[in-house]
Amino acid sequence: MTKGKVISKTVYKDDKPVKNRKWIFSRKQLCIPYGLFLFMFVIFPLLLIVFYAFTDETGKISFYNFIDFFTNPTSITNLFMSIGLAGITTVCCLLIGYPVAYILSKMKQRVAGVIVMLFVLPMWINFVLRAMAMKELLTLIGMFGKNNFLNTVIGMVYDYLPFMIMPLYTTLIKRDRSLEEAAADLGSNRRQVFTKVIFPLSLPGVLSGINMVFLPTMSCYVVSDTFGNGKVTIIGKLIEEQFGVAANWNYGSALALIMLVIMFVTMLLTGGFKPQENMRGANL
Amino acid sequence: MAEVKRDDIINLVDLRKEFDDGFVAVDNINLYVRRGEFITFLGPSGCGKTTTLRMIAGFERPSSGKVLLNGEDISMLPPHKRPVNTVFQRYALFPHLNVKENVAFGLKLRKVEVTYEDENGDRFKRIEKLTREEIDAKVEKALKMVDLEGFESRSVSTLSGGQQQRVAIARAIVNEPEILLLDEPLGALDLKMRKDMQLELKEMHKKLGITFIYVTHDQEEALTMSDTVVVMKDGVIQQIGTPTDIYNEPKNTFVADFIGESNIFSGTALGGKKVRFIGNIFDCVDDFDKNEKVDVVVRPEDVYLVDEGLGQVNGKIISSIFKGIHYEMVLKVGKTEVVIQDTKERKVGEKASIIIRPEDIHLMHKEFSSNKYEGYITKKNTVCFGDGEFDCDVTTLYPNSILDEEGYLITENGEKIDLTDVDVEVEVGLKDIEISDNLEEGGASGQIVSIIYKGDHYQIIVRTEENEEDFVCDTEYTWNENDIVSVIIKPEDIKLKLKEEVKR
Amino acid sequence: MIKKFFSRGYIFLVLAFIYAPIFLLVIYSFTDSTVVGVWSGFSLDLYKRLLTDGEITPVIINTLVLALLASVLSTILGTLGAIGLHYSRGGFGKVVKGASRVSIINAEIVTAISLALIFSLILGTSRSYFSVLIGHMVLCTPFVVLSVTPKLEQMDSSLYEAALDLGATPRKALFKVVLPEILPGIFSGFLLSITLSLDDYVVTAFTKPATFETISTKVYNSLAKGGANSSLPVFRALTTVIFVVAIIVVIIMNIKRKKKKEK
Repeated sequence: MTKGKVISKTVYKDDKPVKNRKWIFSRKQLCIPYGLFLFMFVIFPLLLIVFYAFTDETGKISFYNFIDFFTNPTSITNLFMSIGLAGITTVCCLLIGYPVAYILSKMKQRVAGVIVMLFVLPMWINFVLRAMAMKELLTLIGMFGKNNFLNTVIGMVYDYLPFMIMPLYTTLIKRDRSLEEAAADLGSNRRQVFTKVIFPLSLPGVLSGINMVFLPTMSCYVVSDTFGNGKVTIIGKLIEEQFGVAANWNYGSALALIMLVIMFVTMLLTGGFKPQENMRGANL
Repeated sequence: MAEVKRDDIINLVDLRKEFDDGFVAVDNINLYVRRGEFITFLGPSGCGKTTTLRMIAGFERPSSGKVLLNGEDISMLPPHKRPVNTVFQRYALFPHLNVKENVAFGLKLRKVEVTYEDENGDRFKRIEKLTREEIDAKVEKALKMVDLEGFESRSVSTLSGGQQQRVAIARAIVNEPEILLLDEPLGALDLKMRKDMQLELKEMHKKLGITFIYVTHDQEEALTMSDTVVVMKDGVIQQIGTPTDIYNEPKNTFVADFIGESNIFSGTALGGKKVRFIGNIFDCVDDFDKNEKVDVVVRPEDVYLVDEGLGQVNGKIISSIFKGIHYEMVLKVGKTEVVIQDTKERKVGEKASIIIRPEDIHLMHKEFSSNKYEGYITKKNTVCFGDGEFDCDVTTLYPNSILDEEGYLITENGEKIDLTDVDVEVEVGLKDIEISDNLEEGGASGQIVSIIYKGDHYQIIVRTEENEEDFVCDTEYTWNENDIVSVIIKPEDIKLKLKEEVKR
Repeated sequence: MIKKFFSRGYIFLVLAFIYAPIFLLVIYSFTDSTVVGVWSGFSLDLYKRLLTDGEITPVIINTLVLALLASVLSTILGTLGAIGLHYSRGGFGKVVKGASRVSIINAEIVTAISLALIFSLILGTSRSYFSVLIGHMVLCTPFVVLSVTPKLEQMDSSLYEAALDLGATPRKALFKVVLPEILPGIFSGFLLSITLSLDDYVVTAFTKPATFETISTKVYNSLAKGGANSSLPVFRALTTVIFVVAIIVVIIMNIKRKKKKEK
């Protein structure tokens, strides 16, 4: 193509008429695909679960699933087993994790940073593999099969301890140290400084740690299956069975709904409705 | 369709912007901007100046009205199609680009129509982007303009505020816009830097020859740089004029108060170019109706201090502060304070007299929507104002407060307050004042000095004898001028406001 | 001094609790004995099997490909979603934000069964690669949104306007200005997606076709058979490899972070 000699250059004015009055490009429209996606694969399926929970196999409205659950001693036992297991795991994580986070918060930042990294590092390993590793250790020292509930707690604590330490640590390092000095200045001894100032200030971290551990451990049947030697059944496992071998979707949906209610209550109590990206993000 | 003048570059026609939450930021403004002028929108925050600018830039769509550019309606044209560039308040430099890339941003998007001539002499046109060399040359020129040669590859985050500001300006002017919009561009700079940049911007305006539309809340900045100043308040243009006009002939008390320092006194026009304020009659140049209540604006530097007895009014100096070039002194005349700027200091406590020249006295119509007074609370929890005493509800001064038996006010928090002699601002609506023949009935009395028929009601002014306080009331009944009457105001119609926090 | 000793000792103990099982696997990954605790001589056989075993190698590839694919798609969907949500003030945006939060706090098992329900009821009876991919996207996308949103909020809102002002079309402004600004958030959202996808068992189990296995499902299946020594020896090598990769990634990220700080 011949280029020729340049004669003149003028500003090119795009004279295409503006199509409509809505010329401000609607950036908000970009969330439509995400919105549709969430509706199709999150909201609608959840509604489906609610529907299934309140119907029987023929599709008729029925409360039978719930009546069945609450009148069956085994299922009630399993429910309490779930809550108990999750509760004990959470308490253990808190008891082990709080001192860790507190000590780390008092260390020099650079050292603490490295140690925190050491706590987070294993989380990169697939959690089923981590459970397997702990199971191998327990087997090796002869504990496996002896006390299935205790082993399950150990497995849970092993998998979820970092989820407790991280929020505790982030709230503890962010605290305003001058408050402690002020408290000491006002005559508090070290214990009082801790109980009256440091601990109350770290409560948001404690609550979010509880959320991060209690909620998933209630339904995490992978761990209970791995460590329970077939003897520990939690509500998550019951749900899985209803959608697997038992193939009773209605009952399974009712179970899921019951679990959601328990989770909802827990979150109301701990104020866990705020998104906790910082904790998950801490994995990185 | 508004008539478009030949040299207008921008016409705002009945421009209005109402936001989704119902806030009217710009309320039907009309304005023309001449080609090549430096025009400044001046006003306090929330006055609509930035919204107006954003409508010119295209970031906001007018709710109604039009923005005309060279006579063409561009109201609906998106920002990227307008030959207008903006210097943003916080610079809005792209952090991921260096100085050169920032400045070249607009150029790289620009398209030009190139006319070629081939060997046969036939001409054809092609739309192309600017070549790299052209862009480089333009960027270099723009950076030179703002004294930032050699900064091309610097990251913008490493620059000082002033340098970032210059990059922002270079980035805008490199596109050779017809109009440069500047949205409080110097707001983030320190004082010294700001002063330098003001001069540089002015210089740049001269060199470029394009129209500058500038937005600021800093009156000094506006007066220093602009050819034309547009003072705005609450989405409405208060005054348009040259800096000198605006300063010397403010149209209303808002402009007077906002531009420079002013003494604003309450006065009464006496007709025949005479006005009474601070207890004296002054000659002035404005002729207002007799008996009209007016605001009198006098600049502090227009008040001349002379020895006691030699001027028009005597007073006592109650404060004197050295301000660098002059002393700012306050002379107390009766109950009123007069601020004076003078190079010669007079000590506090000294008695002095002032002279104000007729041409320095600016009279303005009072905007009247309600009666406002200064008053104080008495021992009996009544309020004294307007040469009278009225029953009132003092508990309105503090939310949820009550009175105890001894007449002390108990606040929400249980604090006990003695309100005696507390200064308050009193506001009474025009319709809340009742006039009575019975002089004992009302809280204050005076003479009716004016009756104006306002279509469906009369507006009556009752003036007290002692301090010439006015009660303006709207009533359906007619009265006779010069009647002596009393005014009755129901306690619940007296709106009280604390003048300052009461010392406990 | 004594206090310091105790506190260091305590940290060490907890770390030992966390690392003991991992080191156990690492050590026994260098022998080909079937049972941990029995040393049958040094061997790299388990590592060889990672690459050659017809049962294991495809599983590893499946896991990685799925994680990558799900993360890329989630990152695109989530980034667009975050941008859209950031600029929307209306009802639709609020609903989407709410739904996004629901999917984050929802229990994994409920997410899993609800997906299983919808795939078998609405979208045909068979679970497929598509369903497991969607499952992982449901898991990851909200977290991408969560990573990108703060970056959008930190961004000076006039940058976008400045781009328009300089002649960029809205689309160009988005690509040339907004996108580079939020890139760190997009990147961390992507990394988060990868880890979430690699880690997932429950959703995978309920959305995968019968013949498709990931590391999680494969390991779980071997464990769930119960018994003391049900796991496959090759997983020891797998754990070691993942552990080493994790160490390398963490070190690289820290070096980069330090360099950035020095800047």
